[in-house]
Amino acid sequence: MLLRHTPKEIGERKAVNINPAKTCQPVGAMYAALGIHGCLPHSHGSQGCCSYHRSALTRHYKEPISASTSSFTEGASVFGGQANLLQGINNIFSVYEPDVIAIHTTCLSETIGDDLPQIKKKAEQEGKIPEGKYVIGASTPSYQGSHVTGFSNMVKAMVDFSEKTDTKNGKVNIIPGWVEPSDMEEIKRMAKLTGVDTIMFPDTSGVLNGPMTGEYKMFPAGGTTIEELKSTGDSVGTLALGEWCSADAARTLDKKCKVPCKVLDIPFGLKATDRFVDTMRTVAGVSVSDELVYERGQLVDMLTDNHQWTYKKKVAIAGDPDHVIAMVEFLLTLGMEPVHVVTGTPGKKFEKRIKELTKDKDFEVNVKARGDLFLLHQWIKNEPVDLLICNTYGKYIARDEDVPLLRWGFPILDRQGHQYFPTVGYKGGLRLLEKILGLLLDRKDRDSSETKFELVL
Amino acid sequence: MATSTASKKVQWTPTDVKAELLKKYPPKVARKRAKQIMINEAADGGSSSQITENVRTIPGIITMRGCTYAGCNGVLMGPTRDIVNLVHGPIGCGFYAWLTRRNQTDAGPDGENYIPYCISTDMQEQDIIFGGEKKLALAIQEIYDIMHPKSIAVFSTCPVGLIGDDVHAVAKSMTEKLGDCNVFAFSCEGYKGVSQSAGHHIANNQVYRHVIGENDEPVKGEYKVNLLGEYNIGGDAFEIDRILEKCGITLTLTFSGNATYDQFATAHQADLSMVMCHRSVNYIADMLETSFGIPWIKVNFIGANSTAKSLRKIAAYFEDQKLIDRVEEVICEEMLDVETAARDVRGRTEGKTAMLFVGGSRAHHYIELFNELGMKILSSGYEFGHRDDYEGRQVLPTLKVDADSRNIEEIEVEPDEKRYKPRKSEEQLAALEKSGVKFKEYEGLAPDMEENTLIIDDLNQYEAEKLVELMKPDLFCAGIKEKFSIMKMGVPMKMLHNYDSGGPYAGFKGAANFYYEIDRLLSSNVRENLKAPWQENPELTGAYVWE
Repeated sequence: MLLRHTPKEIGERKAVNINPAKTCQPVGAMYAALGIHGCLPHSHGSQGCCSYHRSALTRHYKEPISASTSSFTEGASVFGGQANLLQGINNIFSVYEPDVIAIHTTCLSETIGDDLPQIKKKAEQEGKIPEGKYVIGASTPSYQGSHVTGFSNMVKAMVDFSEKTDTKNGKVNIIPGWVEPSDMEEIKRMAKLTGVDTIMFPDTSGVLNGPMTGEYKMFPAGGTTIEELKSTGDSVGTLALGEWCSADAARTLDKKCKVPCKVLDIPFGLKATDRFVDTMRTVAGVSVSDELVYERGQLVDMLTDNHQWTYKKKVAIAGDPDHVIAMVEFLLTLGMEPVHVVTGTPGKKFEKRIKELTKDKDFEVNVKARGDLFLLHQWIKNEPVDLLICNTYGKYIARDEDVPLLRWGFPILDRQGHQYFPTVGYKGGLRLLEKILGLLLDRKDRDSSETKFELVL
Repeated sequence: MATSTASKKVQWTPTDVKAELLKKYPPKVARKRAKQIMINEAADGGSSSQITENVRTIPGIITMRGCTYAGCNGVLMGPTRDIVNLVHGPIGCGFYAWLTRRNQTDAGPDGENYIPYCISTDMQEQDIIFGGEKKLALAIQEIYDIMHPKSIAVFSTCPVGLIGDDVHAVAKSMTEKLGDCNVFAFSCEGYKGVSQSAGHHIANNQVYRHVIGENDEPVKGEYKVNLLGEYNIGGDAFEIDRILEKCGITLTLTFSGNATYDQFATAHQADLSMVMCHRSVNYIADMLETSFGIPWIKVNFIGANSTAKSLRKIAAYFEDQKLIDRVEEVICEEMLDVETAARDVRGRTEGKTAMLFVGGSRAHHYIELFNELGMKILSSGYEFGHRDDYEGRQVLPTLKVDADSRNIEEIEVEPDEKRYKPRKSEEQLAALEKSGVKFKEYEGLAPDMEENTLIIDDLNQYEAEKLVELMKPDLFCAGIKEKFSIMKMGVPMKMLHNYDSGGPYAGFKGAANFYYEIDRLLSSNVRENLKAPWQENPELTGAYVWE
C-alpha cells in the first residue's frame, strides 16, 4: 500500500489539506499567457515559483516552457519588487525580444503589496517598453482560489488589449477555458465546420503541441496574436466555455466593449457539445454542418452500443470545476453513477451544480468543493467504485484500491496523448468513451474466471 | 548520421564563445555574467582562474535556479520517509514538491512512509491577514491524530516570513503538547538567499539542532559510517546500500535518501562521515566532527572508478586488513559486469562530447562517468554551487560573505560535553593524510575539467541555446526545464537532476546502466528523422515514373 496512512474513518479536518486536488494561481496564469503569440510569461516573485511552474507545465506538455522571474531576494521582499521588475522588463525585451510580457503576481509580491499597474506605468515612463511591445499584468495571489482562478485572471487581463471601433468584425470570440492545445484545435475545427469565424483566446495550439524540426523557436507560430486580441472588442459576441475559467473575461469584455457573452459548459461529452454547437449555430445564424451531425451520430451510436458496459458503473472523479461538471453530465448520459465528486477549487456553486445534475438519480452523491484527494480516497474506501477519473496523482489511489484510472485533467505526468488528441466535442467524446470502455473491459477480462472469459464483448 | 564529425569540430575558441554568449546582453548584465563564465586555465590539478558564484540571479534572465524552500524541502528533507513534511503556506509550494523528484523509498518493516503524501496548511487570504499560527498548530494536531508520526517537520513558504508567523514557537509548543512527536520547523522562505543552496544550509542547521544525537541507543554493526548528501534519486542510495552491505560496512545514516528519523537521531554514533554532495551537506559534516569527533571524507559513488576509489578510502580509514581485503574482493567482482558494459558501448561513445549543467555537485560527479565512456566535456557548471565547489575548499578562507549569504544563519557548534570522542588521534589522522586519505578536503570541479573549457555558473536558457548552437555537443545534460528546448534542436538531452525515467546511476550497477543509457541517447536516430523526403530533395525533377 502506498497511501497506507489514509484511514477509512473520516474525521473532521479544518486546517490541513492532504493530497490536494488543486494547485496555486500563478501556474494557471502562466499557462494562459502561453496562449498569446510571442508572449513571455513573467512571474513576479521568488525564483522558485517560476521554476516550479515551468517544471509542472513542462512535465505535462513535454514541451519547452519559457518564462522569466523577478528573482526576489530578501532585500526585494523588504523594499518592494519594483526595481527587480523594471530591470526584468528591460532585460527581457533586450534578450528574448517577445511581443508581450504577461506578468502575474505571487503570494510573495501580493503580500508585500506590489502594485503592478503602477510599476507598468513607471516602466513606460522610463522607456523600458519598446515601441510596439506590450506588458500586461494579472493579480494572482496563491492564497485565493486555485490554478483555475489564476488562469481566469490572466485571460481577463488579455481583455486589456480589446479595442472597440465603429465596425464589427463579424467574428465570435471563443474563450476555451483551461483545456489542452488539442482541445483548442478541435473547438476551432468545429467552429470552422459550422461556418463561424472565430477569435480564440487564449490559444495554446501550435505552442504546446508543436513539431520537432531541428530548430528551437522560443515563440512558436501558434497563439492568439495581438491584432486578434485587439479585435475581440469588435466581435459580435463571446462564447465563454466554463464558468470558472472563462466567464470573468467574457463579462469584462462585455462591460468594456459591449460585446455580449454567453457562458457555456466546456463541451466535454454529448450534451455540453450539443449546447455549444447549438449556441454557435444560433449566434452565427447558420445551420449545423452535415459533418458535425455525422460525428454526433457516431458518438450516440457508440454509447448506445456499449450501454451494457457503462450502465450503473460507479465512478469517483476529481478535477477542476468546469471539467468535472461537464464530465459528470457525460457520465450520467452513459448511465454511469458518479458517486464521489471532488474539486480542489473553492466554490459552493460547484456543489450545487453537481447536486442539480444528479438530483433525480437513484444514487447518493458525495460532493465537495475545496476538497482533496485524501477525502476522495476515504470516500472510495467506504463506497468502492468501478472507475476513478483524476489527474496522474490518482494513480496512487487507483493502485491501492485496485480501481481502473482514467487520467484526465491537469497534470498528466505519466501518459501521452492529451496534447494531441482532444476530449472536447463529439470526436473527443468518442475518445473519452473509448478510453472508459477500454479500462472497464480490460478489468472485466482480467477479473473473469477461465470459464467466464469471453472472446466477444 | 546526417551530421558528420567534420561539421562538429569546434571552431570557436573559448574566448570567442564567451564573447558570443555576452553579446546580446545589456551592458550591466554582460558585465555581471562575464564574471560567472570562466575559461578553465589549468588542467594540472590546480586552477588559477576565479569564478563569481552564489550571487543573485539577474531579474528577467531565465534561470535554471529554484528557491530556498525547494532546496530545503524539495531536495534535502523530502526524501526522508517517516517524518511528515508539513508545508506552511498557500497550496502551490507543497503541490510542486509532491513526488516530482523521483526519490525512491521503501516503507520497511515498520511500514512508515509519508512520501506519497502532500500535506499543507493551504493558507487562505484570512490566514495571511490574521496570521497563520493557530491554523498551523491545528494542522499539526490533525496530522498527529490521523497518522501518529514520530516527527513532523514544518516548512515556511514566502508569505509566512512576511506576516511573521513564529513557526518555531508553534513547533516547540506542539512538541510539548503531543509528547511523543518531535515537531520542528524550517524558516526556508523562498526569497532567502539566492538559490536552493540557502535552503540546504537551513536544513542542515535544523536537522542538527532538533534530530541529530536524539537517540543514544547503540547502533549495532562494524565500520559505522554516515553517507551525507545522497538523495536516492532513481534508487541510487539503494545501489550504494547494496555495495556497502556487501563490503560489511554499516550505514548509520543516509542523508536523506529513504532515511528515517532514527537514522538521523543516531548519526552521532558513526565513526566516519562520507560527503557525497559537498554543496548541500558540508555544513552538517563539519558539525558532526566538531560536536562528536567524527571526521569526514569526500566520496563519489558516481562512476565505477570513483566508487572503487571511495570504497578504498573507507577501508584505508578503518585500517583493518579484513575490510581492506573484502573491499578489494567486492571491487574485483563488481567490475566484471562494468567492464563488459564499457566494452559494449565504448566504440560508439569514445570521442563524443557533452555539456553538464547540474546542481551543486552533480556536474562534477558525472564527469567521471563520461570519462569512463571516453567522452569529452566541452563545458560545465553548477546551478547553485559556491566557489569551493568549483575551485576546491582551499579557497574557503578567501570567500567574501555578501548580504544574501549573511542572512542565512551560521550556527556555532561546540564539542558535546558527554559524547565528543575523537575517532582518531591527531597522529593517526596525520598518518592517514600522508597515506592519501584526505580529510575535510574537496578539490572541486575545475581541476577535472580540461584546459580551455568553459565553466559557467548559473547558466541560463539563452546561454544554453547559444552554447549548443555554437559548439554542437553530442549530448546536453541539465534538468526538466532545459530538456525540451535542447531536444527541439535535435540534440539528445539527459536529465541529471532526476534522470528522466532511468537510474540508478550510482555504484557499479549504476555505472553500467548509465553507459547503456548514454549509448542509447547517442545512437538515437533523432537527427535522421528530422527531415521528410520532400524536404531533403525539394526540387521536382521530371515526371514521376510509375513502375
